[in-house]
Amino acid sequence: MIRFIILQNRQGKTRLAKYYIPLEESEKHKVEYEVHRLVVNRDPKFTNFVEFRNHKVIYRRYAGLFFSLCVDITDNELAYLESIHLFVEILDHFFSNVCELDLVFNFHKVYLILDEFILAGELQETSKKAIIERMGELEKQE
Amino acid sequence: MAGPSLMDSLFQRSLDDIIKGVRLCPPGTEPTFIAKSLDEIRREVKSTDRQTKAIALQKLTYLHSLHGVDMSWAAFQCVELSSSSAHSHKRIAYLAASLSFNPSTTDVILLLTHQLRKDLSSSSVHDVSLALSTLSSICNPDLSRDLTPELFTLLSSGKPFVRKKAIAAILRVFEQYPDAVRVCFKRVVENLETTDVGILSAVVGLFCELAVKEPRSYLPLAPEFYKILVDCRNNWILIKVLKIFAKLAPLEPRLGKRVVEPICEHMGRTGAKSLAFECMMTIVSSMSEYESAVKLAVGKVREFLLDDDPNLKYLGLQALTMVAQKHMWAVLENKELVVKALSDVDVNIKLEALRLVMSMVSEDNVMEICRILISHAQKSDPEFCNEILGYILFTCSRNFYEVICDFDWYVAFLGEMARIPHCQKGKEIETQLIDIGMRVKDARLELVDVARSLVIDPALLGNPFVHGVLAAAAWVSGEYVALSRNPFELVEALLQPRTSLLTPSVRSVYIQSAFKALIFCIWSYGKLNGDDASDPSALTELVAKCHLEGNSETVACESLSDTEVDNANMVIAGGQMSSASSRKYHLTKESLEGLVNLVGTNLGPLAGSDEVEIQERASNVLGFIELMKPELYGHLGHTEGNGMKGKLEASEVVKLMFDVFSEELGPVSLSAQEKVPLPDGLVLKENLSDLEAICSDVKFPLSTSFSLVHSQIMEKDTASSPECKEESGPSTESTSLLAEHRKRHGLYYLPSENKGTTFNDFPPAHEPKDKTIDEAEDLAKLTEESLIIKKKQNQVKPRPVVVKLDDGEGLNVAVEKSKVKTDLISGAVREVLLGNEATTSSSRSKSSNKSSKRREVDRIPESGNDIVNTAISERSNVGSGRRKHQTHLSSGKEKEQHDHKGKQKRDSRHHKHKSRQRADGAMNIPVQSPVIPDFLL
Repeated sequence: MIRFIILQNRQGKTRLAKYYIPLEESEKHKVEYEVHRLVVNRDPKFTNFVEFRNHKVIYRRYAGLFFSLCVDITDNELAYLESIHLFVEILDHFFSNVCELDLVFNFHKVYLILDEFILAGELQETSKKAIIERMGELEKQE
Repeated sequence: MAGPSLMDSLFQRSLDDIIKGVRLCPPGTEPTFIAKSLDEIRREVKSTDRQTKAIALQKLTYLHSLHGVDMSWAAFQCVELSSSSAHSHKRIAYLAASLSFNPSTTDVILLLTHQLRKDLSSSSVHDVSLALSTLSSICNPDLSRDLTPELFTLLSSGKPFVRKKAIAAILRVFEQYPDAVRVCFKRVVENLETTDVGILSAVVGLFCELAVKEPRSYLPLAPEFYKILVDCRNNWILIKVLKIFAKLAPLEPRLGKRVVEPICEHMGRTGAKSLAFECMMTIVSSMSEYESAVKLAVGKVREFLLDDDPNLKYLGLQALTMVAQKHMWAVLENKELVVKALSDVDVNIKLEALRLVMSMVSEDNVMEICRILISHAQKSDPEFCNEILGYILFTCSRNFYEVICDFDWYVAFLGEMARIPHCQKGKEIETQLIDIGMRVKDARLELVDVARSLVIDPALLGNPFVHGVLAAAAWVSGEYVALSRNPFELVEALLQPRTSLLTPSVRSVYIQSAFKALIFCIWSYGKLNGDDASDPSALTELVAKCHLEGNSETVACESLSDTEVDNANMVIAGGQMSSASSRKYHLTKESLEGLVNLVGTNLGPLAGSDEVEIQERASNVLGFIELMKPELYGHLGHTEGNGMKGKLEASEVVKLMFDVFSEELGPVSLSAQEKVPLPDGLVLKENLSDLEAICSDVKFPLSTSFSLVHSQIMEKDTASSPECKEESGPSTESTSLLAEHRKRHGLYYLPSENKGTTFNDFPPAHEPKDKTIDEAEDLAKLTEESLIIKKKQNQVKPRPVVVKLDDGEGLNVAVEKSKVKTDLISGAVREVLLGNEATTSSSRSKSSNKSSKRREVDRIPESGNDIVNTAISERSNVGSGRRKHQTHLSSGKEKEQHDHKGKQKRDSRHHKHKSRQRADGAMNIPVQSPVIPDFLL
């Protein structure tokens, strides 16, 4: 199960954070700080997995942005690594060539996409097309 | 209100304005800008205009999620906005709620119940999906209970899109409110037969989560899972199904046999690494008894290990670690790859390789592996070096040094580790040095040698990380000084000037050890001179008896007559190098005198040390030397009669001290105290209320003596006690002080006439002597009993005895606590699944008189039909369960009575749980304890 997903830039500014387990606000900030410290200095040649408390963080770096997923220790690393990429592809498609600023100015839409992608800590939809279509429908609702 | 509201909406800053504003802030002014914006938002969010409110809330959500601003104060506004008919408003409100509400602390969550219910049953899929997302993030037991009927309906929704979301969300509901399982579980199971990939993915994911917690309950569903395993072509679903089988297979051997083949097939066929990895993990973790499958899996592991992708290499190592538990050959086959991985760039890979290497350790190869690792450690960066050392120390000491046969080697190895420049494991080495000293008698000789080389090296004193090791070395040298080749040298080493670099606590160990060594020298010298005339073998015997039971080494002191009297005060005789049994050093008057002087000069200044521990120990030694001096000189002169007398006394002291120090220390069991029988008459747990009576007795006369103002009144009362009056006579300040003192310590001033009786009630402080002795003997017996000597024979060299205590010393007590906690969910699931299979006629007849309207209710499986002896309590349960659902179904009409009913519901729920608990012993968890996912500790 996914415990949380965090998007951070290299300076450690959180661009998106969604927790699928209840946590106190202070604890959330602590987690974000620790995750950033864990991943920011890792060499690109290193593995994309780091142990984090009793769980593991699977992260991927895209330009200056780190996408970090915290999952259970028994979860399949490779599958989640792929799912991060899928998420980025969806964002890229939706914002056509996504950049960090897109995520800042459209933070609510990013959450919306995320909700279509992950629900209650489980991957909801693995089809990029389906999510893009669905987002199109939602855009019409505005 | 219209005025300001209009103004607000006209001049309100948009979300973009805020975002741009924050970005354009000059460095340092951001907090001010945010605070200003927050003030605006606070005003706007109260607006009656929905649009204004929505934008304000959206801005606030932005500041909350990207800048960490607190927004718990706006919880009520979220609830307000959620009731807006515009989907965009609803979306903003629910997003804010799901990001900022805390299920256990946000109290307005309950106000959202109604809106969520409405949206869950809305005709718009968007509203429904929004509500489901929100529910899954803010779910608490009350919400779960109240919304279970709506979710139940959604579980069979015609729209796959909604259904899959409902399935995902229901997991949270199950966790918060296990009773929902009874209602919804069957519908969830029905979804396993769907053809829609999205729904299947969701439902398999749900079962995967549930099965990880308590797999046994889901065994009856194995056929459905098997079908998915064979038919499905979606990797994501297959991975989840494999995870389920990995949990189920160990529970049911026949299952493993069935699934092992399709799993191997998937592994061979798939091009997706993630699926191949899952297949091999499933095989090596749960189906390790199928040799051919394991062989296939290990082949795949090797592919991973050879891959250039660090991720695959890492996962390959992980898989190998898992195989290693049962199939060591797999590791040996890939040994060279594993050792190569030790020098990988990524610390993750290195660590995994290290774990793997350590898992290979056995009695036969421990020396070789440690040799390789230590040379690796010396080449590595400090961090990894310490990881290696930590692993070595942990593995070698595991289960009372199980893998170590040659303790001489290990002890020397410990010394070597301590000398590695980056070593920060001093604490652990320290513990093990002392531990081995106490547990393994045969290793002491080597231990003393190692300790000597550590203590004698002035370079080590400068490294704070090894201070712990040095403390252990110093302690060992002092404690087992009789085994030392040259105690003189030892004393000098322990007092070398660089010891001032040590921390006070370590330094005091040094002083104490020097003291022990000194005593030993003086004692040996005295023995030598005193017994010289008589039998030299007597001395040998004595020393041997004192120190080395069972050890062949003896300490022989070279006689005074030796002519090559020292160039320094200590000379290592050429003979001592040759063999341990002939350790000799020069023990002469001069050398001893020199030694005493050395100790005196070095410790003299320390008697004024600021550190109490050092100061006190130094003073002890100095005092002792003062006592010794006349004796030493007397001894040297051999003339003064006066000196003889002093000598006698002094040698008594020396002997006494020597006896004290030569008392052997052994390991003490943690529970030793518990084994001491409670003496008769010692009451520890009795209430002390009786004491109050005694105290008040005491106080009474005191009060009279204290306040003379009331003496007339008092006189009447206390007429019968003349002593009291006498006491109160002198009305000086001192009496009142005394009285105050007595008041405080009243207990000890028991009235004299009571004395006899009171003391009879308490056990006398000093029991007759013989009893004490008895107890001491008991204790000694206990200690003997608690020592179990573990012997392990080895053909090449007998493994030395390792003293071990019997009562699970070293075992983690916490293990007990981590007993499998029976899950409420799985309990309910089991009831549903097993109950369905054998639906009894009684339950059918019961459900048949329900109207068709409540079809759903009929689907509620009779809980616990399989458990015969619960039948009676179940009947009442079913009743209460139905009542509850009736309430839910009609709740639309009875909104006003909702609260009242809710209370009733809760009551009935309690009742239900109680009876269920009583019936099923396995489920003895308090109902109210919410099932919290064990996240992060």
